[in-house]
Amino acid sequence: MFENLTEKLQRTFKNLRGQGKLSEEHIDTALGEIREALLEGDVNVGVADDLLAAIRAKALGSEVMLQLSPDQQVLKIVRDELTTLLGKHAKPLFASRPPSVWMIVGLQGSGKTTTTGKLSKWLTQNGHRPIVVSTDVYRPAAREQLAQVAKAVGTTLWPGAGTDKPLEIVRGAIREAKLSASDVIVVDTAGRLHIDDELMNELGMLKKELQPSEILFVADSMTGQDAVRSAGEFHKRLGLTGVVLTKLDGDARGGAALSIGKVTGAPVKFVGLGEKYDALEAFYPERIVSRILGMGDILSLIERAEQTVDRKMAAELERKMRHNEFSLEDFRDQLKQIRKMGPLEQIMDMLPKMGPLANMPRDAHVDEKKLKQVEAIINSMTNEERGDHNVIDGKRRKRIARGSGTTVQDVNQVIKQYMQMRTMIKQYGTMAARGKLRGLGGKLSGMS
Amino acid sequence: MFGLFKKKDELEPSLLGRLKESVSKTRAAISAAAGNIFLGDRQISPELLKKLETALLSADLGVATTREALEAVREKMDREALRDAGQVKSELKKQLLRIFEAAESSPAAAGAGAAANGDGPRVLFIVGVNGAGKTTSIGKLANRLRQEGRSVLLCAADTFRAAAIEQLEIWAQRNGVEMIKQKSGADPAAVVFDAVTAAKSRGVDAVIVDTAGRLHTKSNLMAELEKMKRTAAKVIPGAPHDVLLVLDATTGQNGLAQARQFTSAVGVTGIILSKLDGTAKGGIVVAITRELGLPIRFVGTGEQIGDLAPFDARTYVDSLFD
Repeated sequence: MFENLTEKLQRTFKNLRGQGKLSEEHIDTALGEIREALLEGDVNVGVADDLLAAIRAKALGSEVMLQLSPDQQVLKIVRDELTTLLGKHAKPLFASRPPSVWMIVGLQGSGKTTTTGKLSKWLTQNGHRPIVVSTDVYRPAAREQLAQVAKAVGTTLWPGAGTDKPLEIVRGAIREAKLSASDVIVVDTAGRLHIDDELMNELGMLKKELQPSEILFVADSMTGQDAVRSAGEFHKRLGLTGVVLTKLDGDARGGAALSIGKVTGAPVKFVGLGEKYDALEAFYPERIVSRILGMGDILSLIERAEQTVDRKMAAELERKMRHNEFSLEDFRDQLKQIRKMGPLEQIMDMLPKMGPLANMPRDAHVDEKKLKQVEAIINSMTNEERGDHNVIDGKRRKRIARGSGTTVQDVNQVIKQYMQMRTMIKQYGTMAARGKLRGLGGKLSGMS
Repeated sequence: MFGLFKKKDELEPSLLGRLKESVSKTRAAISAAAGNIFLGDRQISPELLKKLETALLSADLGVATTREALEAVREKMDREALRDAGQVKSELKKQLLRIFEAAESSPAAAGAGAAANGDGPRVLFIVGVNGAGKTTSIGKLANRLRQEGRSVLLCAADTFRAAAIEQLEIWAQRNGVEMIKQKSGADPAAVVFDAVTAAKSRGVDAVIVDTAGRLHTKSNLMAELEKMKRTAAKVIPGAPHDVLLVLDATTGQNGLAQARQFTSAVGVTGIILSKLDGTAKGGIVVAITRELGLPIRFVGTGEQIGDLAPFDARTYVDSLFD
């Protein structure tokens, strides 16, 4: 795990003296760290340097905010600047007279077809009647892919059979949209390189024919420095109206969003968070700023937890916590839920290293194997034993160790850990009963 | 066994041409302001290192790799061992080449090829994140093997993505090779079992397994890949002999995380750098090779069947500065 920006800045400022106004020395040292964070987050080097110049000017002229330490103050300026660049939440656009046309464009493999499927589902859920059409006559089975996606999301598809000319295909789709009273045509175009003159011209032609209300550039969040060139060229040729940032369910920091925002000025309208067709969400600039800076993304962590945690189980667990019935079986289920959220190291990285977690050792090694071992040990117990750990005597411990391929010491340790957790939960239960943790209790039950 | 995996291929004339072509496209695309770093820069000016740094960072080499390479150059400059800009440039290239050369003798590189058994098919797994270009790379790889006179069988183990099987099928037809498939949604390990078993009984030279794109952060999907690997090994001990990670040249710093996770899950033996015909340089492979010692096997330079060439470190490093 790398030292994150917050820690770096704290360390930097610790070594610097001087109170009151932010000194030039303070700022320049901090900007060096911030530059590195931006570059590691895939923000284009030119874009990063421009941003830093603007941030420097602001920081030098800024009044001292007494409630903030120097590192917090610099960070606030940085965050504000980046958030401004990413823009406000922007609504999708529709034509004044239907059918509206949304053109989906981008490089190969950025996720256009999946996004087309997700958008049509989103449109349907928002009271529209979309029709989807693919003009990808180049990649093998591309049109077949959209046909299968359309079927999966239950959207009307214009197959464009009998022709492999993109222009003819979309003309057919417009006619069909009018006949079937569809109000939005989502046009999935072939992936292409921004330097492929012929194919870029084709998009220009399609635009002229379709008069789209949205031209959405689909960008892979894993994209690096080249984002400025590809997005810039697409924008120059077509005039992008928005960006869809895909594959954000991975661990890419997503700095390309800033690069694209800078060169196109087009707002991110949606983000893609998975391969399921409902995994499309609105975009929140503040969140991705934290992510790009590598400062932990607690909101995404909560989201991930909400996606993976079984809601019924969570509600049941909460009830048990309140009534002090937390059994070994519940303990095991908890561990399973945690493991489902993904590699533990990643989860740890998402946590901000401040507040109560400030002193967590950086290399706190989380051994996933150990978790599996705990599960195996609990699996080797009988139902009776899982319900009441008091019955587990020496003989039973030996049997459990044999059954799980571990040692009696391992078994002892698991039981000890369980008892510790139970004690913690007991305290939690008492507090919750007194209403001190209403917030958390509400959060948990709100998930059910 | 395969000329394909020989240590030092003669550089194909077509590769040079292709790379040059993509480079000239790059030139056209980059604004004039960027220009050529070394033109009119005979003297070592303070700006030179800054320009070099920008070039490497812009090619996605990342902060750590860029710093390390420049540090070595700076050291020599301090000792006044470098006289002009040209020497600085060639020293920097030398630093980068050294990283690739070290990978040639790495355990990952040694493992590939060594595991090839004289009898029975060689099994290749093609893995990577969504949209990296796995299926297209397989189509091109099959073509290369066919041209070397090898018999090839394709395995449609991406049973998840819509029309993935159909897409691979078209490549199978183009190459005139057989493809083993099951229904969409089938257990991919079962398809691998079928394909490897069929390849063994038919005595084909190579089985190329197309796997579903998966983000390296999804532990359940990585476990699925591990299972496919175990299944292949059950039919042919030692299989898969190659696990090639397809990496999109436009990928930024996340490429390193991808390579790490795929390597720890299924033991990647080499990289296919795809989509190098754009303006992206794919410099994250330098960082990957530096950290994991993974050799770059091929580069993809287009959508046509012949657009796959063996990686040549010298040409590649040169292209980083053009």
